[in-house]
Amino acid sequence: MSEHDSKRETDAHSGTETTGHEWDGIKELDTPLPRWWLYIFYGCIVWAVIYWVFMPAWPALPGLAGETDHTRGLRNHSERANVAAALDALDAERAGGFAALEGASIAEIENDPQLLGFVLAAGDAVFGDNCATCHGVGAQGFVGYPNLNDDVWLWGGSYEDIRTTLTVGIRSEHPDTRFSQMPAFGRDELLSRSQIGDVTDYVLSLSGTSADVGAIQRGEAIFEAQCASCHMADGRGDRLQGAPNLTDQDWLYGGTREQVMAIIHRGPYGVMPAWEDRLDEATIDALAAYVFLLGGGEDATARPTGR
Amino acid sequence: MSGKKSLWSDLHKSLFEKNSLILTVGVLVTVSIGGIVEIAPLFYLDSTIEEVDGVRPYTPLEQLGRDIYIREGCYNCHSQMIRPLRDEVERYGHYSLAAESMYDHPFQWGSKRTGPDLARVGGRYSDEWHRDHMRLPQAVVPESVMPAYPFLETSELAFDNVEANLRALRTVGVPYSDDMLGAAVSDIETQLDPFAEDYDGFQERYPGAVMRDFDGNPDLVTELDALIAYLQVLGTMVDFSTYEAEADENLR
Repeated sequence: MSEHDSKRETDAHSGTETTGHEWDGIKELDTPLPRWWLYIFYGCIVWAVIYWVFMPAWPALPGLAGETDHTRGLRNHSERANVAAALDALDAERAGGFAALEGASIAEIENDPQLLGFVLAAGDAVFGDNCATCHGVGAQGFVGYPNLNDDVWLWGGSYEDIRTTLTVGIRSEHPDTRFSQMPAFGRDELLSRSQIGDVTDYVLSLSGTSADVGAIQRGEAIFEAQCASCHMADGRGDRLQGAPNLTDQDWLYGGTREQVMAIIHRGPYGVMPAWEDRLDEATIDALAAYVFLLGGGEDATARPTGR
Repeated sequence: MSGKKSLWSDLHKSLFEKNSLILTVGVLVTVSIGGIVEIAPLFYLDSTIEEVDGVRPYTPLEQLGRDIYIREGCYNCHSQMIRPLRDEVERYGHYSLAAESMYDHPFQWGSKRTGPDLARVGGRYSDEWHRDHMRLPQAVVPESVMPAYPFLETSELAFDNVEANLRALRTVGVPYSDDMLGAAVSDIETQLDPFAEDYDGFQERYPGAVMRDFDGNPDLVTELDALIAYLQVLGTMVDFSTYEAEADENLR
């Protein structure tokens, strides 16, 4: 017992011991910590020790952890191993669906309700994560980003065509990418402003819009010289070059006179990334089938426009 | 009161409470235990960063784009950290590796995701999409709450001081060579021109860097050029064909 403790006394009012300190007659109560708080505190210490031993929290001393340089604790816990296992489990769960999908034609997919359900579910998830950002949540597209619900296709709408487009992309970094380039007739001064106006009138007349007859005739001559090699003499386009059909009412970059003129001026250069390195082949199959089944897919032999 | 507690109380009161120097030393010892446990292992661990192929310092243009990313506060809504969780790997791609942000000062991992994670946004969308999106995000993503940044495509990029910028990064450990520093200013324009004279030299300095005009306006080097260059390189450096994610030393 020290000098202090010899002065400890019980406070009459609160019934608690004092510390034994005294300043000018003022004494200090030595109120103990509440029991519940104290036990939680001790519990935390015990838990910390258990965690320390079982989880990878205790860095090993040099040489003790072997080549890995770090301990994993007695549980041999690894977040990365866990996610690898979770992904393997996911793959295993999907393996049946993908196995059925492999090599299946669209007709086979459509005739097998189970496979169809799998393709729609898998395609929807992949589309939402990767494609919706440009093509829209409902695949409705935006100006410059094609609508995938309709039957208008720049590079072909068969299952095989869609799969190829997904794999190699359009004007992408992929060595086998689908590629073509429309000249920037205005910016690069290949055509004058009035010539662009004339050819715009001609192009619009292909889909039935009326304009000045003289302008259309002048525009037709320019079209034959400059545009027909890709868009074909009749303006119905060429899918081998991704050249759109100009005779319909579907316009990727807008169908007003100003919009068409602007596109002839600057020459569009739409890019779609290649997905070969990001998605595995089976996923691309499912995605291609999903896009096909959005409504616009067409028979491999169908070539409604162009060649 | 138990005897043990009295002993401790005695020591406390007679030694620590009456000698401020001893109390100070005691505090220091107690606090440094925590520090030593955290810091000491770093001195003998070979590396806390997994070994990967392909990670290189940012090109000058990408680095300036990163500065714009920070200036505009993109990190307030976008993280750059794909966690090792099934749903994140499914959505964004391979989980982020420490090596991928080893040249980031400061790193942009973040934890706030009002917008999506951007750790692997590189190459995912076209330059044109980024241009449309910066001009007016709602034009391509109607449900987006992101503000528009239309001024980036008209703001000329200030890059006269980029060499000093890289030099500062070198002092904190980014391995920019003298060669890289010397060519820093000219490399800005070299990266924007796929037919540049110094194409080979640039590719040697920054292997695999994408070279093209990012903002679609070859006449002007804009802040949008730099920002898109930066976004297009995010998460694309590591060669995952050579990275063994499930090798023992990489499971942590």
